[in-house]
Amino acid sequence: MIDLLAQADNALDGLKAVGAGLGYGLAAIGPGVGIGLVVGNAITAMARQPESAGMVRTTMFLGIAFTEALALIGFVVFILLNFA
Amino acid sequence: MNQLLAAGNGDSGGLHFPSIESLLEWPGFLFEGNTYFELNKVGLIYLFAMAAPLLIFFLASRKSSLVPRGVQTVAESSVDFVRENVVMQTMGPDGMKFMPFLLSLFFFIFFANITEVIPFIQFPANSRMAAPALLAIIVWFVFNAVGIKSQGFFSYFKNTVIPPGVPGALLPLVAVIEFVSTFLVRPFSLAVRLFANMLAGHLLLVTFAVLCENLWAKNILVSIIWAPFVVLIGLTGFEILVAFLQAFIFTILTAVYIGGALHPEH
Repeated sequence: MIDLLAQADNALDGLKAVGAGLGYGLAAIGPGVGIGLVVGNAITAMARQPESAGMVRTTMFLGIAFTEALALIGFVVFILLNFA
Repeated sequence: MNQLLAAGNGDSGGLHFPSIESLLEWPGFLFEGNTYFELNKVGLIYLFAMAAPLLIFFLASRKSSLVPRGVQTVAESSVDFVRENVVMQTMGPDGMKFMPFLLSLFFFIFFANITEVIPFIQFPANSRMAAPALLAIIVWFVFNAVGIKSQGFFSYFKNTVIPPGVPGALLPLVAVIEFVSTFLVRPFSLAVRLFANMLAGHLLLVTFAVLCENLWAKNILVSIIWAPFVVLIGLTGFEILVAFLQAFIFTILTAVYIGGALHPEH
């Protein structure tokens, strides 16, 4: 019985690790696409209107910051599952 | 994780990855025990991050000349950078009175981040949650106080929670979302963004440093061992960029929040 419990504990640890890895990977998909869209459109805007490049760059960083937050929360979950 | 690696390689001579506690938790070495004055490496880095900008601006203002030289150039160009790229872009001339606050935020965060790549320190103090959380709470109080002061309590609350031009049927849903995102998610995401970026950078650098060390210890003649070292150097350059960018993003988001509280949308 104790043997079985220990095995279940091991399996739980393994599942945690798998979940953490999968969770981070899944959390990175959306922000990856999102940051690509943000930066791509910012480059288009800068190429069309180079005189507004400063404003576009500031807004681009804002957009990146908001988009990136989701991936970072995924990373924090990964750290919590693996180490906490 | 290190148990897994050790088990995979056998206990002797396997790749030893340091545990996360040994990477992030530093023992106190001054005023030890349960006092509030206990200092460890993280605390020292915060003191450095506080003292370094003070020193820069003190030296810059002591012998100021019309044509800036040396440290005065650094101080003047950084003030100019924050004014043009942060204050003017987000708040306009009205926001100039928040310039000292934003500039000190920027410098504190930047110096607490840049220790990540300074040799023999190599630890970003902001990869501990304490300071990012405290800074985010300070920012939360500041932008709410600015909003209440400039618009009055009830109209600030109304302008924040009810955005203009929302159809009536959607109003309850939008009001709840706006309330949560403004008062709860903003400080949380502000703190987590800074913390997680620096933690991820630190772990990345540690991973490649450990790889380099282990491969070098094995055999210095294998040509492939240079690959992790090249990546480590590249990542160090990237982390300098990240340290700057995170300080900039924290400052500009603070400016956006204060600007939103200062000028409500119509």
